[in-house]
Amino acid sequence: MVVLIEIPFYIFSGLAILFAGVILFTKNLLYGAFSLVGTFLCVAAIYVLAQAEFVAVTQLMVYVGGIVVLLIFGVMLTNKITDKGIITSSYNRFLGAIIAISLFVVLFYGILKINFGAVKGQSADMNNVNQIGVELLTEYLLPFEIAAVVLLIALIGSSVISGYKTKETDE
Amino acid sequence: MSSEYYFILAAALFCIGLAVIITKKNAVMVLMGVELVLNAANINFVAVNKNNLVSLDGQFFALFVIVMAAAEAAVGLAIILKLFKYYKTTELDKINQLKG
Repeated sequence: MVVLIEIPFYIFSGLAILFAGVILFTKNLLYGAFSLVGTFLCVAAIYVLAQAEFVAVTQLMVYVGGIVVLLIFGVMLTNKITDKGIITSSYNRFLGAIIAISLFVVLFYGILKINFGAVKGQSADMNNVNQIGVELLTEYLLPFEIAAVVLLIALIGSSVISGYKTKETDE
Repeated sequence: MSSEYYFILAAALFCIGLAVIITKKNAVMVLMGVELVLNAANINFVAVNKNNLVSLDGQFFALFVIVMAAAEAAVGLAIILKLFKYYKTTELDKINQLKG
């Protein structure tokens, strides 16, 4: 039972970090966007292993189905396509490496210091999708509605910002 | 399986996302780094919730973070499209005027 969770966890976490590293080191924007898809898929698998099935499905639908498509549209609309593909370069490489590695070392040290044995685990039913649905419409109803309104306002605002304005309506 | 492996994975993804935000020149690439950072935060929420599945607060936090990430990506890309129309580039170093 332990092996059944641990081996997929190591595989998917390794793949997630690998795809994230491709984003960091590639020069091609489209390769970066597609390896972002790989990272999101591996993170969804990690959610399933942590018994958060509904969050995993939401991750697949919103991130892989929505945000990555938006990002690829952004790449295609804002870059001149040359023979070599859509190329970007990087700067501040030394500073970025120093900050990221030192922050990771600090976080790693801090995580190893936590006493996880003191945390009492409480097990429940394996399937908690039902409970999420019930709680989302009772206890979390106000944040749910506010999130819906925020999403609506953000989408209207983004279409207003990026929309094409003619001279007549511009005044 | 203990939570610390999830935390270490989240820390690694966070640091890679931070490095992407710092080093990349293209604005769309910086948005990709932001998405990586948000995913790392979500992994932490879900991993903390794994220890106590009776209440699902961590998973609700992760769900609302995903909703906010969708809104953030939409608004961010709209701003980038507008900047590209005006400046004809998306390199963040060359966008240095507030009113041209």
